[in-house]
Amino acid sequence: MSSHNNRLVAAALTLGLLAAPAFAFDFGRPATPEEIKLWDIDVAPDGKGLPVGSGTVAQGKQVFADNCAACHGDNGQGGIKDRLAGGQGTLASSAPVKTVGSFWPYATTLYDYIHRAMPYPTPGSLSTDDTYAVTAYILSLNGIVPPDGKVDKDSLPKIKMPNRDGFIPDPQFDPAKLFRKK
Amino acid sequence: MTSKTQIESPPRPASVSRRGFVGGLSAGVLGAVATEAAVAQTLAEIPDRGPGADLGAHSERSRFVKIDRIPEAGPGKRNVDPSDAINSKTPHQKLVGNITPTDLHYERSHSGVPDIDPAQHRLLIHGLVRKPLVFSVDDLKRMPSVTRVVFIECTGNGWENWKKADPDLTVQNTHGLVSTNEWTGVPLKFLIGLSGKEKNSNWMLAEGGDGAGVDRSIPLTDEIVNEAFVAYGQNGEPLRPAHGFPMRLVMPGFEGNLNIKWLRRLKFGTEPWMTRWETARYTQLLANGTARQFQLRMETNSVITQPSGTMQIQPGYNIISGLAWSGHGKIAKVEISTDGAKIWKQAQLNQPVLSKAQIRFQMDWVWDGKPTRIVSRSTDEQGNVQPDRQSFIAATGSNALFHYNAQQTWSIDEAGRVRNVLA
Repeated sequence: MSSHNNRLVAAALTLGLLAAPAFAFDFGRPATPEEIKLWDIDVAPDGKGLPVGSGTVAQGKQVFADNCAACHGDNGQGGIKDRLAGGQGTLASSAPVKTVGSFWPYATTLYDYIHRAMPYPTPGSLSTDDTYAVTAYILSLNGIVPPDGKVDKDSLPKIKMPNRDGFIPDPQFDPAKLFRKK
Repeated sequence: MTSKTQIESPPRPASVSRRGFVGGLSAGVLGAVATEAAVAQTLAEIPDRGPGADLGAHSERSRFVKIDRIPEAGPGKRNVDPSDAINSKTPHQKLVGNITPTDLHYERSHSGVPDIDPAQHRLLIHGLVRKPLVFSVDDLKRMPSVTRVVFIECTGNGWENWKKADPDLTVQNTHGLVSTNEWTGVPLKFLIGLSGKEKNSNWMLAEGGDGAGVDRSIPLTDEIVNEAFVAYGQNGEPLRPAHGFPMRLVMPGFEGNLNIKWLRRLKFGTEPWMTRWETARYTQLLANGTARQFQLRMETNSVITQPSGTMQIQPGYNIISGLAWSGHGKIAKVEISTDGAKIWKQAQLNQPVLSKAQIRFQMDWVWDGKPTRIVSRSTDEQGNVQPDRQSFIAATGSNALFHYNAQQTWSIDEAGRVRNVLA
């Protein structure tokens, strides 16, 4: 490693020593559980972070028409923004079509992303149930949830997406091995 | 002045100076200078001196310098309405040295540029920590800081050339999604110390305060814990809004997307969160249909910026100059071929060569006027060599979209016109 990096590491170590308990609250302030809850929106593949609620494909069809179709097309296809449905079986072709159904490995990510980033002009504005409903609808467009289906915090993490096994981690940062050596 | 005008302009008089050093330069860096008035041929034609404009609160570029980023919407989608743009590229063909001017640092944003009042911005640190904490920008500025020159590169850099080469592309089009700035901020290690991270936490979620709430899972390797920092300064001043004002994560050597802008939350956990940006985006689809995930480090790379796409050179002396960088550390050497990758010569590296920063290389060249191809390849201190395009595509396929670091070849025809080609 370069001397530049060594110096940086040395500096960082020195700084780390400054973080003794006596100094801890000289910077910032403690976060309260209530305010953490406001921002703690991430959803993990095991379902951790999913709120209580549920939504059906039928409800989701309406929510989608009202909030999503203008950009993503009536059936999650043909819109001006990302295509959400179809494309299964194309990933090894010369013109792969990456959609929720053909590419996304986790259904939980779909809930997380809709809740944090969609609809584009007013992210996070859908209710919990409407977010579950539109998640169910997009999954149904891909044949992953039946037309009369419903999703909630228990069922969503159990859905095995078609491309769940389609990802190979870079050996250097493989989550299954990265911190196991020590 | 666009490169097109240069090509369409009538041939210059074949004076010695124009065919030599000056001619070569005028097509490149000085090409950023607009020639609105007649060119002064003799010293007698230089205008008289006189009092200039009033002094200002800040300085603008000369009115003779036209230099801008280009907003684009994706591979092959150029000249788009700004509302459709997803990135804005650095004009490397018009820049010198190593540091990208702040307003020309490339930009990639996923939900526009938020207008954040720093008084109303907070950084929350929580999850597997003993003391969840909230920090203001002023809190960060009171802490010990580091300052470091690093490149940040969008993983989409180079994506124009995965499948084909548009001959009309400039180096701004092909490689404008990497830039180098000096960043100042608080070491991640210091913030980890303040909050008392639990020993079993090896992953950190970093989230932005933009409309998309862009978030990425970051493995807490020793390298990352020792080198990452939360920056509030960029080239000596507060961050620009497009680059994350009032604070962003800086991850030297890693995917641009990990350098979360408008940073507002760091959450500590035990496993990656599998966010949209590390599953549906920023994973590399291989030829067999599987996708490479968590390819977090940016590879060894280089590109010749002078002469480069759409420029025109003259026979005789030409300086070849470009930029090289690697997420693995320092650049050890850059080689240049002026005969289509048959014979390679080592270029000079301009000092200082900094780790995980773009550095400039150059080499003297006398062009004999015959059509040829010029190409550069970098090697970093870890021994990683920038691959030739054929080997790279053979290993990766052409659908990966991200992490393109194959050698960039420019062809030069008998008229001296420089064009983007695939080798």
